Amino acid sequence: MAARGVGVRPISNTEVVTGQVEVQTAIEMASAAETARITATLIRITGDWSLAEDCLQDAFARALVDWPVRGIPTNRGAWLTTVAKNRAIDRLRSAASEKRAMRELAILTELEELPEEPGTDPAADDDRLRLIYTCCHPALPLDARVALTLRTVAGLTTGEIARAFLVSEATMSKRLVRARAKIRNSGIPYRVPPPELISERTAGILAVLYLMFNEGYSATGDSTLIREPLVREAIRLTRLLIVLLDNSPQEPEAIGLLALMLFHHARRATRTDAAGDLVTLEEQDRSSWDRAAIAEAMALLADAEQLGISRRSPPGTYSLQAAIAACHMTAPDAGSTDFGRVAALYDHLGQIAPSPVIELNRAVAVAMSQGPEAGLALIEPLERARALDGYYLLPAAKADLLRRLGRRTEAHSEYQRAQELAPSEVERRYLGKRLAETAPGASSAVNQNKCPKPGEGEE
Amino acid sequence: MPQFAILIYADESLHAVDAAEAELEENDRHAEDLSASGTMSLAYALTPRASAVSIRRDGTSPGPFVQADQFVAGFYVIEAPDLDAAMAIARVNPAVRTATGGVEVRPVHSGGITADQA
Repeated sequence: MAARGVGVRPISNTEVVTGQVEVQTAIEMASAAETARITATLIRITGDWSLAEDCLQDAFARALVDWPVRGIPTNRGAWLTTVAKNRAIDRLRSAASEKRAMRELAILTELEELPEEPGTDPAADDDRLRLIYTCCHPALPLDARVALTLRTVAGLTTGEIARAFLVSEATMSKRLVRARAKIRNSGIPYRVPPPELISERTAGILAVLYLMFNEGYSATGDSTLIREPLVREAIRLTRLLIVLLDNSPQEPEAIGLLALMLFHHARRATRTDAAGDLVTLEEQDRSSWDRAAIAEAMALLADAEQLGISRRSPPGTYSLQAAIAACHMTAPDAGSTDFGRVAALYDHLGQIAPSPVIELNRAVAVAMSQGPEAGLALIEPLERARALDGYYLLPAAKADLLRRLGRRTEAHSEYQRAQELAPSEVERRYLGKRLAETAPGASSAVNQNKCPKPGEGEE
Repeated sequence: MPQFAILIYADESLHAVDAAEAELEENDRHAEDLSASGTMSLAYALTPRASAVSIRRDGTSPGPFVQADQFVAGFYVIEAPDLDAAMAIARVNPAVRTATGGVEVRPVHSGGITADQA
């Protein structure tokens, strides 16, 4: 089957004209750029998620064979659309040949008339939005929303997603199959939600993208590299969403989320040291922060604020978190951070999204701007409310303030509690250092020797 | 049009056999609204948890099948074009406004009233 009506680089001879590496790169780029558009349109027309994904997969497989021989087409999106849509037509024809219902005929006609050149189908943007809203539908489990978005919108393979989530390919494949089945069987609509739902559902998409980002960003040690695609795709998908949400009241908050991700991402090289240990924000080497990413994030944040004012949409949680990050990222050193502003922003954040974690962060910012006592006065009621029981950062923050007040014994026992609650080895090692610093007689080697640990000094 | 069952979860059913009409007013009004809109095809309010009995292979026990703070206090079936529409209808159930209760939306596979009601 020839790729009809598509510009293909002229072939001088019959021999191979393009190297495998070049083809591989071209396919990866085309997958990133075209998957969402082509899948979204095929799903809209056929209503069949598996068919749409399989046909595009077949198109990529064809490209892998075809492009090294015939050359990489100048318009890859059109080439892939043609192959995928012809594949869909073939499959529907053979499946429907016996009892060809009106519905299938209508699908075939619509497929045949589908424009192939990217940018020529007026429904394409709506198709991609439909796809994203459906992948992030609240009736789907959260992990399925993330996986389905990566598979269907971002075009990652099941194997790639499985590796990023540190599960087997079979497990991820089952998760995707169940998600598609739920969309089909539960009546989850394939469309952009109606106006009364759009704000809530868009917030749901942003939450999925931020979760995707954090899954990748919070990775440490060996899994950092493996999980990097999650960070990359989350940023890429947020950029796509901003384009698709152009001129909507939800656009400013999506821009705020992108700014927040870029602020975090700018610090990626300094989050851990050579031994893989966590380095806190205050202690990170600011000269190694990614200046270009910070500059872009600052510009985005200003855009989000400006657009928010002109569209009368008050800043949401991501824009406010980005504004907090901006305070840290623009300070030449930790000591010159405008903690008064940070505390005020946390206060604003707590008003629109009340949470004990935000209150804890506000307490830390208050401690930095008004002194440790003021911070402790905010932490103690939080402790009494018990909403953060089991959350290691509460005793860790309290310990830091006690240490700064010179109350070493109390600080030591709080660090101990924090270490017991810490979720991973990296955090436990970090707290271990603080524990050693506040241990009785830590500053004196003589004292240490005088206090043998239990079980020692028997001889 | 697809059908969706809505299961009402509550701490207790208001529909005791001898319940006063005033106690049921809000729920009745909701049921009337749904009937009037033509979306509801079937509805049952169930009696309080004390009247439930559960049966397993190794015997019967008093009370709801699942040991939980909430139990199914009633259910109804609506017709809606898609899940979003069904969720929108379910969301206005009075149980959703309570602190601990709520509703569960389940797409219907098949079924209906089986006995001849006429």
